[in-house]
This record gives sequence, structure tokens and C-alpha cells, in this order.
Amino acid sequence: MDEVLKAVFAVDGAKVNFGAVRALDGVTLRVMPGECVGLVGHNGAGKSTIVSVINGGLTPHEGSVASDGERLERYGINAARARGVRCVFQELSLCPNLSIVENTRIMHRDLGGFGWRKRAAKIIEKSLDTVFSGHGIDSGRAVGDLSIAERQMVEIAMAFSDAGIAPRLVILDEPTSSLDASLARQMLDHVRRFTATGGSVIFISHILHEILETSDRIVVMKDGRVVAERPAQGFDHHGLVEAMGTVARGEGGQRSREQSTAPLILSHQAKGLPFAAREGEIVGLAGLAGHGQTELLLALHAAHSGNWLPERDPLVTFVAGDRRLNGVFELWSILRNFSIASLGDLSRRGLVLANEEETKGADWKRRIEIRTPDMDNRILSLSGGNQQKVLFARALATRARVVLMDDPMRGVDVGTKQEVYAIIREEAARGRTFIWYSTETDEVRLCDRVYVFREGRIKAELAGDEVNETNIIATSFEGVAV
Amino acid sequence: MFRLSSDAMRLAIPALSLTLLLAAVFWMQPRAVGYVGLNLLFNLAVPIALATIAQMLIMAVNDLDLSMGTFVSFVACVTATFLRDAPATGVLILAGAIGTYAALGVIIHLRNLPSIVATLGMSFVWGGLAVLLLPAPGGQAPDWVRWLMTVKPPLAPMAIVASIAIASVAHLLVMRSSLGVLIRGIGGNQRSVERAGWSIVAARASAYGLAGLFAVLAGISLVGLTTSADANIALRYTLLSIAGVILGGGEFIGGRVSPIGAVIGALTLTLAGSFLSFLRISPDWQIGAQGAILIIVLALRLMLNRLEKQEKRR
Amino acid sequence: MTPLFRLVSKPWIWSWLAAFVVWFLTIMVTLGASTLGLSQAALTFAAFSVIVGIGQMFVITLGPGNIDLSVPATMTLAGTVALKLMNVENGLILSGLLIALVIGLVVGLCNYALIKALRIPPIIATLSTSFIVQSAAIWTNRGLRIKPPSVLAEFTTSNTLGVPNVAIVALLISLLAWFLLEKTIYGRWISAIGQSMPAARMAGIPVDGTRFVTYLFCAVLASVAGYLLACFSGGAALNMGSEYLLMSIAVVVIGGTAVAGGDSNVPGIWGASLFMFLVVSMLNTYGVGAGIRLIMTGLIIISVIMLAGRRAGMR
Repeated sequence: MDEVLKAVFAVDGAKVNFGAVRALDGVTLRVMPGECVGLVGHNGAGKSTIVSVINGGLTPHEGSVASDGERLERYGINAARARGVRCVFQELSLCPNLSIVENTRIMHRDLGGFGWRKRAAKIIEKSLDTVFSGHGIDSGRAVGDLSIAERQMVEIAMAFSDAGIAPRLVILDEPTSSLDASLARQMLDHVRRFTATGGSVIFISHILHEILETSDRIVVMKDGRVVAERPAQGFDHHGLVEAMGTVARGEGGQRSREQSTAPLILSHQAKGLPFAAREGEIVGLAGLAGHGQTELLLALHAAHSGNWLPERDPLVTFVAGDRRLNGVFELWSILRNFSIASLGDLSRRGLVLANEEETKGADWKRRIEIRTPDMDNRILSLSGGNQQKVLFARALATRARVVLMDDPMRGVDVGTKQEVYAIIREEAARGRTFIWYSTETDEVRLCDRVYVFREGRIKAELAGDEVNETNIIATSFEGVAV
Repeated sequence: MFRLSSDAMRLAIPALSLTLLLAAVFWMQPRAVGYVGLNLLFNLAVPIALATIAQMLIMAVNDLDLSMGTFVSFVACVTATFLRDAPATGVLILAGAIGTYAALGVIIHLRNLPSIVATLGMSFVWGGLAVLLLPAPGGQAPDWVRWLMTVKPPLAPMAIVASIAIASVAHLLVMRSSLGVLIRGIGGNQRSVERAGWSIVAARASAYGLAGLFAVLAGISLVGLTTSADANIALRYTLLSIAGVILGGGEFIGGRVSPIGAVIGALTLTLAGSFLSFLRISPDWQIGAQGAILIIVLALRLMLNRLEKQEKRR
Repeated sequence: MTPLFRLVSKPWIWSWLAAFVVWFLTIMVTLGASTLGLSQAALTFAAFSVIVGIGQMFVITLGPGNIDLSVPATMTLAGTVALKLMNVENGLILSGLLIALVIGLVVGLCNYALIKALRIPPIIATLSTSFIVQSAAIWTNRGLRIKPPSVLAEFTTSNTLGVPNVAIVALLISLLAWFLLEKTIYGRWISAIGQSMPAARMAGIPVDGTRFVTYLFCAVLASVAGYLLACFSGGAALNMGSEYLLMSIAVVVIGGTAVAGGDSNVPGIWGASLFMFLVVSMLNTYGVGAGIRLIMTGLIIISVIMLAGRRAGMR
């Protein structure tokens, strides 16, 4: 209990559910004054969820949060800021149309009054000078005009800046992803200085040596749980990779077919290694989320579909992962959502043949077991998993020979997943090609061949027996030799 | 290498087009150079500039006001009737109108309404009120308004002095003050402004309220120029004010606006008409010239943006 | 679901109900004496709003930000040029219609070319076009008022079986629009694009082609309306389209089409157009001025969108 009293921030037994998915499953985490905690884990481990809990953006469904030994009942974004919790996100959290000084004004609410510009400039310049000495960034420039690296430097400096409420706990989520080595070095040095003066840092990075060098303690998460927690000296590269991956689990269900003789159906000059897919192959795209996998899928789709004229025989079709954004048509019935991609086959001279549409819909409803009494019901009346099945049926009902899948199984229950996996295998056996971006290692293991992405590039190609969790994690993180 | 900030770049094109246009006018009609000539050229620019600033404030929070024209007409009617005959009532009415604008901003935000349609509805309301006030053209400008708009300051004509004053005040308000930063911040990245603990509703209400204030000034100054009013006097201002903001380097979304640019845009639009008459092209094409200038400026901006991007990639 | 409940849940029923109530209130004043005259006048004037409204509805269905501001200018130009070309000769009626259609096609082409080439929002693209088109109309018109060919003037102002001819034309166009929306792939496509452009793109819909055709369609309908209106009112006037900028949007909104796109309905346009005209005549009958009418129209539009729910805004 003594530890809780001293901790700058303590989370106890936090549980968070997003629908069927358990994002946090009883996580306990403490951050002591003057400590840098390294946080690592593969996709879906729960890193960003725990960050949201700490910065007040999310209230855990179970468990408690405490700060300085005081249990916080009503904790939110403003309470977090008042306690000196600051956060640097991967996405841009500044206003691109405002100058750096003006952004400082927005971030620090109490800076107002005559002459705020001078005060704001002083604050941010001081912080930039301390973190990145010799940065050469003029604080009058608009954030939108800065290079990505400069933007990230400003975000970091903003988090460490002090305008009344001093930062006490700074959360850095992949802060070095667009900084070069020497800038990253400067930032890491500042983290050391900051912790030496009593500040605390939570540090998330896919570059393992940074974590190992900078952190005092490393917390490894997997599947919403903390699976290992030790002083940094207790880990090395391979130890970390092992801790993130192999919690003993059967390697069953893996395919072991040799496909290399089938004809090539699709190739693309991606960044890094070249990309190619063969007929009847299930090609996986792996790596940490947001490292260029979706971009490749979008590029493949754009290259093979028409924008002005309808494509009579499209080569590719797409299954969305973000259903809300680019999947379902919310106003429509299940049937219309299903048939939209294959209307070309269900019509004569531009006229939709209602009977054929209905027959085909009923056919696929049976085949893929969409659980609804009536295909004319609104799509939103279905559960998330069943909506996803409709999207699958939409893609599979086309004549396209290549199916692009953008992490479609996010937030889908286990039963549905197994059903869809079976369908994918069956369709692949009939000669369809699947290009499958997935953030779940279990799914990646179903693939014949896997491309691993890092920082927008294809960094590795794994085939056959090489497709396993250890290899995927090892290539997703920088600083580990395969 | 010398590098312009994007704000400066945004101003460069409108300033350049205004200068070119002005030079062309002077070259064709040397008599236009001078106090009287300039006053004639830019006379009508003052109300348009004020309306453009009002539209710009709405656009800064990623909305659009389709009721600008009818609102300015309504204000003109109030000015030519109540503000002259019963100043206290007139002021109250105008204050109420500004309050309505602020309230509209709140409703649009809270109910997440499409601003285009909400302001379209309001445009009928303002138009109706204007018709109620002045069913037929009439009324008369209050003497002080008339005096203000026809006063002859030393050195530069009223239109120029007023434009500079409008641009400076709007610049201070939108570009320099905390409130202005907040309003533009909402246009740029509302989520992060919210995350920093600001009240979005209050900021949006102030943006709309300020827009109402500038539009009221536009209506008053318009009556000062025309001496009388009618219910349809400023209908064109809806489209002109949008065009003025765009010409002045503003953008539809992203909180990228420039008050100085907006005033320059309004001046350019006003000048486009006079330019054609000097070219001996029929005044029929005046509106068309405004459209063409709009297209040319947008095309130029697209080209510059592309160049900039290429530069960045290098 | 009972039939009554199903009827009430249709979005267009409210505009029809409102139109009927207003119609009833108006004829009550005259004790039924003006029933036929009022109904015919309502159908005639509604017809023009219906034709431009349908075009605007297709564009609005394309989703947030899509709106065509060039409608009034296109109407004026098409009306002016067509009358000038026909030059009061009955033999040139078809050529006049053809030139009106061509004008519509050209304006639509310009609109979408600007949207695509300059990557500007439709509202500013159609605004720029409308400036130029308006000028072209002023230039061709030159204050001259050319009369329409006598056959055409006769056609647009008379009735067939008691129904105004222009209303019949509008009805045919409505049927075509309904058919396009409900029965064809194109209708599915614009609805899909309106609900979510990224989703439509990923579903393999030719997004640019579909949007292009829709802007063409809207401009062509505007030019047809301009052609008919010019003939109906005995000559083209420069301000003949100006009323229809707000009107075309208003009838779409009141008619129950989703402002955020993706969901359109043709019957609602009729209900709303009739309603808009009938309110005027009712208030006239009751001696209420134009001001009150405008205010009421505005309040109705605002209440409609506030009741219509909170789907993502247009901007």
C-alpha cells in the first residue's frame, strides 16, 4: 500500500470492454515519481487503452485510479491536466492552421491577458530549447508549414512546457516515430533529465533499444493484461520479444500449402520489398497498426478500379475494417448493403433486377449465416459481427478474383471469426486470392505468406513455417535481428 | 533560402491581383488616379468588406452563412427606418439581431445542424422581416450615417480609410486576440481545442455574434451610401461575401482565414466591375468578371500549393 | 406494421399533409368558389419548383457539401437564349428546347470540371459558374423581351383535362426521376455516395462518373424549367431564376429528403412545392403580407431540420 501512496499515478485492476472485445482485463500499473516506465506490446495489447484511462479520456468499467495516494472518483480530461498529466499522441493534436505560439495559447488555458503572445512564445521556446537545443524552429510559424519531424518536436516540447501547472507525468506514445536518430537521442536525454528532477514518464515505442536504454522499468502487455514487469536491466531484446509473444498457445489451424507455382495475379511496387500475390493464395500484411498496411490496400484498390466508368469485371474487391467509415451504408437494408458491389451482375441495361437480387441475397444469407429474420431489415439492426459478415458476403458475391481485407475482424466475436475463417479457406481453395491485413497474430498465422510492415515499408517477407508470432513481432520492432 | 510563411503566401495572391487590376485601371484611365477617382472606384467596397469579414468569421469555424445577403438587407431597412426615427428602438433591434446570430451558432452546434440549411431558413426569416419593415423601397439614412460615409478625410478618400480601418480591427480581433485564436483553432482541430478544456459552444456563439456585429455594420454603411433602403438591397452580398473570403485567401474548412485578405478580396470584387467599364466591355459582364477572377485566383492557388508540396517533398 | 403506421412513417407525408391543410383553409375562406382555380394555379406554379427541386435533390443526395448554386442563372440563360433563337416562330420550338438542353449540359460540365480540376467544394464551383452564366444571360438578354412562339405560349398556359400542361410535364419528369432513383443502378449509386463516399468508392462504384452525371442532370433540369417558365410568363426576365435558388433547396428540405444525403424522395418535392405556393395564396386570401409568409417559410425549414434528427451535418 505504501507504493500506492507514493505513486504519481496508480491504476488498479482496470477493466475496459468495447462491445465483445475486452480491451483491458484487470490491469494494475503504478508510476513512481522520477521514474520512466517503458510500455511495450503488440497490436491489441491494450497500450492505447491504458493511456486513455490515465489521461482521463476513458473511465474504466471496473477498477480504480488514484493519484498521490488519493483515489479519484470523478476523473476526466480537465482533472488530468490539473494534475500535470500530459500526453503526446501519434496523431496530430495541434491545430495545423495556427502558429506554434497560438497553439501554446490553446493548450494552456490560463495564459490569457494582454501580452499573452510574448509569454506563450517564451514558454514554448524555453521548452523547445531545453528538449531540442539548437532546434532552429521559429515559434511564429504555422504548425501546418512544419515538417513532420518539426511538428513532432513541437508536440513533445508542448507536453513538457510549463505555464503554471508543471508537467508531472508525461505519456509519450511513439514519440520518436518521425524523428531522426540525433533528435530522438536529444528527446531521450531530456526524458532522463526530466525523471532525474522528479518527473515521471510513460514511454511507448516500437524501437526496442530506446525502451531498454531509457526506461527504469518495463511493463509488457498482451491481450489487455500485464504479462511481465521488471526493471529494465532484467530484459534484453529477445527477452522482450518473447514476453510480448509466446504465451503458450497452440499453433493449430495454420496452413501449410505450397503455393509458389500458381500464376501471379497481382503485383505492386510498394516501398521496401516488392509485393506480389498469386492465385488462390492468402497473403497476410502484418506489423504494428498504422505502419502502411492500409495504404497498400488502398493503393491496390485504386489501381484496379474505375473512378469514372463502371468496371464490368473488377479485379479487386474490398472488405472494410472501419465499418462506420468505409463499410456499411447506414440508411440501407441488409439486402442493399449486400448487393451494392455486384449490381452489375444483377441488372440488365442499368435496371436492377429485383428478383435476382433477392434470390442472391437469400442464397448468401444461408451460405454465410447472417442472423436476421428478413434481409429487408435495416443494416444497423444487425450486431457488429453480422454486419461484418454482410460486408464479407458483399465482397465474395462479386466476381473479383482478389479480395482485399483491411483488418475486418476488429471487434468481432470468436464464433463469427471461425465461420469467416472457414469461408476464406474454402474460397482460397477455389482459386480466390486474399490479401489480408490483420492486427491479430492468430489471423496472420492463417496466411500462406506474410509481409511485415514497419514505418511505411515492407521490411520482411515470411513464408510457410517462418510465419509465426516470434518472427512477426521481431520484424515489427526495430532493433532486433531476425 | 528565403521562405514565406503560409499566411504570407495566402495574402500574396490577392494582393497581387488587386495591384494588377488597379494598375490596369490607372493605365487605361489616368484620371482615376487621385482622390476623387479612387473614391468613385471603391465607394461601394465598404459594406461589402464588412459583410465579407462577417462571412469570414463564420467560415473560420467551418460553417457557411447563406443568410448574409438578406440579413444585411434587413439591417439596412432597420437603419433607414427605426435607427433614424427612434434610435433607441433601432439600437435594441440591431442588438437583438446580433443576439439571434449568436443563438443560431449555439443551436447549430448543439443540434449538429447543417449550417447551410439552417442559415438558408434564417434567410427567409430576415427577408420576411425586411419586407415587413419596408414593403416598398424607401426610408432614409440617419444623418450621422450619411455624414460618416460621405466625409472627406485628408490624404485618402473615405473608402480607402475605412477599408484600412476595417482590415486592422478585424486583424486584431481574429489574428491577434485570444478569442480569435480560439475561433480559428476550432476550425483547425476542434477535438484538440476541446481536449485542452475550452467550451466550444461559447466560442462558436462568439464567432456567430461577432459575425452578426460586422454584418450589422455592413447594413448601416450600405444605407449611408445609398441614402435609402429596400428589402432586396443587399441580396447579392451572400454570394459576394463568400467570393470575397475565398479571393482573399480564405479556405472553406480548416480555419484558414485572413481578414486583411478578405478586405482585399472585397476591394478586388468591387474593382472588377469598374475595370470592365474602362475596358469598354459591356457592364453586362461585370458579374461574370467576378466569377472569372474567382476561378483564376483559385487556379493560381492550386498551382502554388502544388509547388509548395513539391518543395516540401524535396 | 399497420398500413396507417407505414404511411405516417414516410418522410413525404408531412409536406403533403401541410399542403392539404393549407389548401383546405384557403378554399374555406371563399366557401369553395375558388377550388378549381386555386388548384390549377397551385399545380402550375408548383411544377416549376418541382422541376428545379428534383435536380437539386439529386445533387443534395450526393452527400455533405453538395449543392448547386448555379440553378437560377442556368434557368435565366436557358430561357433567354431559347426565346431568342426561336424568335416567335413556331417551327423552331424543338431547336429552342435543344439549345436549352445544351446550355444545361454545358453548365453542368463546367460545374463538375471546376469541382474536379480546382478541387474546390461544389458550392464555390457552382457559385463561380453562376456568376459567368448570369453575365452571359444579361448579355444575351439586353433588356429585350422576346415573346415565346404562340404554340408554346398556348401550351404552357393551358390545361389538358383540367390539369395544367406544365404540371403534366413536371409529373413526367418526376416519374423519370423516381424511376432512376428506385429502379436503376445509378439511383443506388448516388444514394450510396451520399451515405458515405469512402464506402462507395471501396464498393467499386465509379464515384466521379456518377457525380458528374448528377451535376449534368441538375443543370439540364434547371434549363428545362427556365425554358418552360420563360414561355409561361410570356418572355424571359433577368431575375426570373432568382427566386428559385432558395426555393429549390427549400422544397428539397421540406419534402423530407435527408439534408445529409443518401436518402431522397420524389413525392415530397411535390408536397413541398404545392405547400410553398399554397401558403402564399392562403396568406394573401387572409390578407397577410409577404413578410409574414417569408418568416413562416424560414421557421418551417428550421423546424424541419431540427426535427429531422442529428445525422452528420452538411459541412
